[in-house]
Amino acid sequence: MQMSIKSLEKQVLDVLNEVKDPEIDTVSIIDLGMVEEVMAENGVIEIKILPTFLGCPALSIIQKNIENAVKAIEYVEKVKVEFINHPPWTSDRISEKGRNGLKAFGIAPPPRLMDSDGSWHVDCPFCGSTYVTMDNIFGPTACRSILYCKNCKNPFEAMKPISTLM
Amino acid sequence: MTEQNVTITPELKESVVNLLFQLADDDFLYSYRGSEWLGLAPHIEEDVASSSISQDSMGHAAMFYQLLEEIGIGNADALAHLRPANERKNSILVERPNGEGYYMEVPKYDWAYAVVRNYFYTTAKKVKIDSVKNSSYDPLAKVAIKVNMELYYHLLHWKTWFVQLLSSTDEAKQRMNIAIEQVMSDFGDVFSLGKDGEKIVELGLIEKSDVLIHRWKQQLEQVLQSVGLSLPEIPANPERNGRNLEHTEDLVSAIETLSEVYRLDTAASW
Repeated sequence: MQMSIKSLEKQVLDVLNEVKDPEIDTVSIIDLGMVEEVMAENGVIEIKILPTFLGCPALSIIQKNIENAVKAIEYVEKVKVEFINHPPWTSDRISEKGRNGLKAFGIAPPPRLMDSDGSWHVDCPFCGSTYVTMDNIFGPTACRSILYCKNCKNPFEAMKPISTLM
Repeated sequence: MTEQNVTITPELKESVVNLLFQLADDDFLYSYRGSEWLGLAPHIEEDVASSSISQDSMGHAAMFYQLLEEIGIGNADALAHLRPANERKNSILVERPNGEGYYMEVPKYDWAYAVVRNYFYTTAKKVKIDSVKNSSYDPLAKVAIKVNMELYYHLLHWKTWFVQLLSSTDEAKQRMNIAIEQVMSDFGDVFSLGKDGEKIVELGLIEKSDVLIHRWKQQLEQVLQSVGLSLPEIPANPERNGRNLEHTEDLVSAIETLSEVYRLDTAASW
């Protein structure tokens, strides 16, 4: 019994790896560090998800995508997705794979460490240059900013750093 | 850990509900007024930025309404859309229109007023959220930690506009000063916790108004000094106190407009 429960959780994690950010198909919700907990009991799967930004309109789409993906697993009878706020999602939860996935999409990953004065530096996801300017801290979605690379002359987006130190 | 089935004593519940409605209604109206600027901001980058801030703030309101839902007060969407003006606890400041005219016709909105209102309001919100991070009501304290991280960017944004416009042309300075006066005349209830505020403070849900006001002044003082201004006075006895359900006609029409689609079909799934 123990074995089968474990393997079910593992199967859930495997399909969650295929649930992508609805707007960035190179990163999954696991890469983004949004999956806090997966519990499987008698075919009932409970998944706890950390929202990135509170007003993110993609949350209900993500929830539906999770439910559909997990329901497709054999022996799964019910899927419960819960959004929780503790621990809070922070941008350092994005994995190395996630950071590479963002870059592949043309989005610079969030800077890991912010300077003590609160300023932050982002490198161009296309050419790697550090010669970039901030165009707008706010971007097309709540979690992104718009920047411009002075080296390769491309506009690009970057994930905002989000930290409890703010 | 799980946020469902929150148990709470009746005494605590009353004060938690009171404070949550103040926080939720404030952010709800604030973001509604912000959303009316969509397509009208001074330039396209600002349109992106301020609508993003409105979206975040609407998310904050939604979280506070969600906390109310979790203690059995009602459906979060219905609490946001269907309560009439005389049941709302937002401050007068956030219900004021953006200026003359209507956004569907010929809006003559005042950007100076928007900048001052948003900057002063966001600074006040930051002070409150910092206090609520230590709230005795744990679900609220956790949401506050999340809200605070997003607020960092909002504050930076409005502070930048505030300082730049007050360091600009004479006309800009003059308009900003008029806006400061206008915003401050409505600031009397922003830090008020309403007629039952003492209980809210006694229960450790948030610190008392005087403490919050002091911190707000501390935060603003340096910025105001840098543009040659002194701290404005907060009116002591406001004509209306939104925390005690006293409002203007502007709130009635705002709710009518913002809930129009929701009321068409309250059972619809969006």
